[in-house]
Amino acid sequence: MSEIFGIPIQAFMGQLMLGLVNGSFYATLSLGLAVIFGMLNIINFAHGALYMAGAMLAWMGLNYFGIGYWWSLLLAPLGVGVVGIFIERSMLQWLYRLDHLYGLLLTFGLALILEGLFRDLYGVSGLPYSIPEEFAGAYNLGFMFLPKYRAWVILASLLVCLATWFVIEKTRLGAYLRAATENPQLTQAFGINVPLMVMLTYGFGVALAGFAGVLAAPAMQISPLMGSNLIIVVFAVVVIGGMGSILGSIVTGLGLGLIEGLTKVFYPEASSTVVFIIMAIVLLVRPAGLFGREK
Amino acid sequence: MSRSAIGYGILLALMLVAPAVVYPVLVMKILCFALFACAFNLLIGYTGLLSFGHAVFLGTAGYVAGHSIKVWGFPPELGLIAAALAAAGLGWVIGSLAIRRSGIYFAMITLALAQMMYFFFLQAPFTGGEDGLQDVPRGKLLGFIDLADDYNLYYFVLAIFVFAFWLIHRTIHSPFGQVLKAIRENEARAISLGYDVAKYKLLAFVLSAGLAGLAGATKTLVFRFATLTDAHWHTSGEVVLMTLLGGMGTVFGPVVGAATIVTLQNELADKVGSLVTVIMGVIFVVCVLAFRRGIVGELGALYKRMTGRR
Repeated sequence: MSEIFGIPIQAFMGQLMLGLVNGSFYATLSLGLAVIFGMLNIINFAHGALYMAGAMLAWMGLNYFGIGYWWSLLLAPLGVGVVGIFIERSMLQWLYRLDHLYGLLLTFGLALILEGLFRDLYGVSGLPYSIPEEFAGAYNLGFMFLPKYRAWVILASLLVCLATWFVIEKTRLGAYLRAATENPQLTQAFGINVPLMVMLTYGFGVALAGFAGVLAAPAMQISPLMGSNLIIVVFAVVVIGGMGSILGSIVTGLGLGLIEGLTKVFYPEASSTVVFIIMAIVLLVRPAGLFGREK
Repeated sequence: MSRSAIGYGILLALMLVAPAVVYPVLVMKILCFALFACAFNLLIGYTGLLSFGHAVFLGTAGYVAGHSIKVWGFPPELGLIAAALAAAGLGWVIGSLAIRRSGIYFAMITLALAQMMYFFFLQAPFTGGEDGLQDVPRGKLLGFIDLADDYNLYYFVLAIFVFAFWLIHRTIHSPFGQVLKAIRENEARAISLGYDVAKYKLLAFVLSAGLAGLAGATKTLVFRFATLTDAHWHTSGEVVLMTLLGGMGTVFGPVVGAATIVTLQNELADKVGSLVTVIMGVIFVVCVLAFRRGIVGELGALYKRMTGRR
């Protein structure tokens, strides 16, 4: 079999695909963070924990109620969204007039609570979740084998991200949303129920995280710690991309996933730090982020 | 003025006799975390910068102290100084990157860079990976005071704490500290008054990192080991919680917060296991929602109300 830079092409492409899979999680999560930040001015530290909760809900649904993968893909994000709406109504809404830092601190506390609860229930070792039958096996593309489930993860996250982009940028609802982000008082004066939109935005943002969690369930081990490790990388992705543009978050997420995959091939020791190193470089060269606007 | 001097005197006397009543290692642990939280408070409370990666300085200094004392045979006082300097140096690097953004981004950047160092420590050969750096000797202070004795070590740790606390106190009340407060209150105005805000922020960050490092190095000396836990983001969260619970921007808040949290963890660790994390999370949520001034801040406000009414 042929080689690229002395590395078998099969292994090379495999790592690239894995990078893209991770990248689609980065994209989905950073998109949710950006949407929430735009509307609520809060950095949602609980995002990783809610992503974990999505995966956990899928696992619990399967093992306690016999709910299969497809229904989980619908129900778990809904459940996470409802939890999000509860969080927004009961706690976050009291913080909007305060310094942004309090939102970060509150959601950090929520992340600790969620993580601790699930760790108490299920321990830290991973729980298995088998790949749905439809996606067992792999496509033979001639130069590589592409596991069907990985292809599905990338496709599904891309679709969801693009749909979100479409709704926000191209529809009437999205126009209201952007107006409320720009100037909540004025939008409210035009008769649009801004608090309701804020609530639904948070619910939708965390539902995206829950959706990513269900997608991740068969692809990696489900563990209470899966979210906190991911969210810090996603923060770096957000700093690199800036939260100004939706397409920017998607591109940055996927791109960094790819770079991480490449690093795993050529210099595996740095694969867990490469995103942070890129962040440092971006801060030196373009502090506002690749797609960000200086405020 | 004299009243506060009497207050400090009583507190110091209490701390001098504390090891007769309480297990000295526990008090030393509280002192280490209190120093850590005071250093952190210098940033959040007096400069308005939320560093969410402060554990990296605690952890780095722990490793530097452990390695220099155990492998290079440094005496303890030199190990502490080297560790604090290393933490300050790292603070300069991380600080110069992080102050390029402000507010919420500052928190995310410090967290991300601290996580990067965490992964570095996980792989680096001198840290012992998951096992940590074990069996660090306490050595002899200045060559003749044997620190293996818990009581000797206690008074050494207390001296370090009092020195650092005094240093922070002086910093806050110096002209430099006044500029920091001005930046916290209104950064744009501080700039328009001609202050080089970036320089002040960076200096505060380096000072805070160095003092956090002193706390980490002292902790290594007390427990004779340095572990990855000290550099983990959980520890960064803990110091935020201590400061928030005690009262951000108050002199004694971080000390009270650290004492409360460390004692709580000590009491709860064997009883509720991993639910400790949940309890920490609940305290976070309650503090942010109902209790933003923290224990010392609320008590101060109460005192003001009562004396004002009279």
